[in-house]
Amino acid sequence: MKGRLSRVAWHVGVLLLLAVVLYPLVWVVAATFKPSNEILGDLRLLPTEPTTANYERAVDGVNGVGIGRYFLNSGLLAVLSVVGTVSSSALAAFAFARLRFRGRSAMFAVMISTLLLPFHVLIIPQYIVFQRLDLVDTYVPLLIGKFLASEAFFVFLVVQFIRTIPHELDESAKIDGAGPWRIFWNIVLPLARPALVTTAIFTFIWTWNDFFGPLIYLSTPDKYPLPLALQLFIDEASGSDFGALMAMSVLALVPVVLFFLFFQRFLVEGVSTSGIKG
Amino acid sequence: MATITPTRPADAVPAGAGPRKRARRSDDGITGYFFLSPWILGVLLLTLGPMATSLYLSFTDYDLFDTPRWIGLDNYARMFSDQRWLRSVGVTVLYVALAVPVKLAAALGVALLLNSKRKGQGLYRAAFYGPSLIGGSVSVAIVWKTMFSDDAAVDQVLRVFGIETGGWSGNPDFSLLMLVLLAAWQLGAPMVIFLAGLKQVPKELYEAAEVDGAGPWRRFASITLPMISPVIFFNLLMETIHSFQVFTSAYVVGGPNGQPAGTTLFYTVYLFDRGFGDYRMGYAAAMAWMLLLVVGLITALLFRSARGWVHYSGEKS
Repeated sequence: MKGRLSRVAWHVGVLLLLAVVLYPLVWVVAATFKPSNEILGDLRLLPTEPTTANYERAVDGVNGVGIGRYFLNSGLLAVLSVVGTVSSSALAAFAFARLRFRGRSAMFAVMISTLLLPFHVLIIPQYIVFQRLDLVDTYVPLLIGKFLASEAFFVFLVVQFIRTIPHELDESAKIDGAGPWRIFWNIVLPLARPALVTTAIFTFIWTWNDFFGPLIYLSTPDKYPLPLALQLFIDEASGSDFGALMAMSVLALVPVVLFFLFFQRFLVEGVSTSGIKG
Repeated sequence: MATITPTRPADAVPAGAGPRKRARRSDDGITGYFFLSPWILGVLLLTLGPMATSLYLSFTDYDLFDTPRWIGLDNYARMFSDQRWLRSVGVTVLYVALAVPVKLAAALGVALLLNSKRKGQGLYRAAFYGPSLIGGSVSVAIVWKTMFSDDAAVDQVLRVFGIETGGWSGNPDFSLLMLVLLAAWQLGAPMVIFLAGLKQVPKELYEAAEVDGAGPWRRFASITLPMISPVIFFNLLMETIHSFQVFTSAYVVGGPNGQPAGTTLFYTVYLFDRGFGDYRMGYAAAMAWMLLLVVGLITALLFRSARGWVHYSGEKS
């Protein structure tokens, strides 16, 4: 009897907490179906007369550019970032975890220390270089680092994972005459899939949500990803149109939420084993 | 648990392996550099090169168009008489001092609650983690700002209890607190790490303590806290470093001037405004180095303090 009571109490407690945590999300979704004048000054969560007008205005986008365009831009950036980060991190991680060469430990130490480096000390010279190369307002500055394994978190994550793959596998492949490339491609990569998937998902979501990089490097609204489009929407006179702004915010979150629903096991485990920041 | 493990010597060639092994070791040389070439290029061009350049720029007056003019330590000295810089330091330090403990306490609380074998545990864990993924986005910052604005959801709820705030996002007394709540809302990442730590605590310790008559609070203070102290330390370190660098939510909520009344003028927001708003690149570079210095110092202090309170199991005192 006591066990049952405490079980019920536990569920009630957790659900109450969860209600508080999820309230902002429920509130914003409800708000997007309210007429703009009902979003403020009304305690009711559900709209009295649900409307899709906010979404219609959101789809029209901002500054004469439809929201579809911003979605495409965000998608392009995110997909290219995933390709770049996964391939470059896998190459680097394989070298760190499996190959012997002079200076490896020193380079590994450098890689680890870049983990803790605030990127602010890099952005100003990086910006100056890209400006000199006339690459400001292109996607190059936003993507190049991804192809050069600059996200040390992921290199580290994959290194740690590869270390758990038994060495005997490489050894027997070597005896069968496989070179490092074959070992990398046919043995280590397939076995490291969980780490690579975690890397891919986090890269997608972080790039999708990234605001600072695009804010610095992009100036043509045609090229904006969603976070910049949202900021633009606030800055324009229409910034007082809460309904459309909320609807746009919700739409921008849809891919992230879908990723989360499909991959939450990878995400949650990725965090607990590697300490990735959400 | 994510501890930073240096390359183990055990990974290297086994002792007594003959010249064949040594030959193979040198074989890997070129291949190793080949596999590592993207990273080497990246670290030289995008990390070490820019670091050296920004250190140099921090001693100059540079507006992106004219040649940098060497001014020695002027940029650094100037900060201490720059009212907005002082303001941004105050805002950021206050934020870190509030957000880190609040977020960690919330994360630990939820982790303790979820650390029991019950139905739906995995689902709850995922649900609490969710906000961590979207919390740093512009979308959520916009939602937060609207939800906390005058006459919106939070205001309405508080009014029921007779509390009038006039909206948090426009009220200088509450704007920073609103961002602290946003940080605490993203308790998922540290919570998941706490949970992983709690799972490592041997059950026998609790049973033994219970036999000795220790109550729940005593068991928490004498067993749980010391046993998970490495995880607490890791989370504390990560959250502190992370909180010093908050940008997106602050910028979206407060704009480049940290509205209302400069209460959300975070260090990074001011740095951005100096560098990319009015092109004081030298000054912004100096600000960035100051940030690195302070965060490095705090990291070192945390590591030092850790000796006193972080216990690693298997370590004999």
